[in-house]
Amino acid sequence: MKVATVVGTVVSTINIPVLDKHRLLVCDLDNLDGSPGGYTIAVDVVDAGIGDTVLILDEGSSARQILGLSAGAIRAVVVGIVDELVVDDEVIAVG
Amino acid sequence: MQLGRVLGRVVASEKSPGLEGIRFLIVQPLDKSEKPKGETLVAADAVFMAGPGELVYFVASREAAEALPEPFVPVDHAIVGIVDQVHLGGSA
Repeated sequence: MKVATVVGTVVSTINIPVLDKHRLLVCDLDNLDGSPGGYTIAVDVVDAGIGDTVLILDEGSSARQILGLSAGAIRAVVVGIVDELVVDDEVIAVG
Repeated sequence: MQLGRVLGRVVASEKSPGLEGIRFLIVQPLDKSEKPKGETLVAADAVFMAGPGELVYFVASREAAEALPEPFVPVDHAIVGIVDQVHLGGSA
């Protein structure tokens, strides 16, 4: 899983059916040293909002399990909202 | 999933079984500000509606084939949606 920050949303009316009822979030992937780590568009299942630090699952089989699907082209899912990140006893991010 | 811009299409009459009727489009991956980033790639059009010039989002790896009617096909990128709008910052 990856730690990321929600920075936006994607609005789409034409998409594959499995994405119909899901919000899509644009998430910046966070490196611990603060350097940019790219971004991903992930399906939201925890009602995360812009500015939230989140946990992203990026693996298809687990993503389908979370969404209750036996098939479907979904890989990245926002599965948690991070309260606190602690590295070497130091709080480096607070949600 | 990543954002991409459709640049064109690939026409191939001889394809691996299971890929009949699937359209392949040339896609330029974009960063979140919709600026080109990385090398162009060929993606299957799983929404059957994407065309040149359109802003889309695509899924990579094994999950790409899952977007197609026949999910056991050799496809590594698939367009799974057409973007109406990307909102960055502000309230969701």
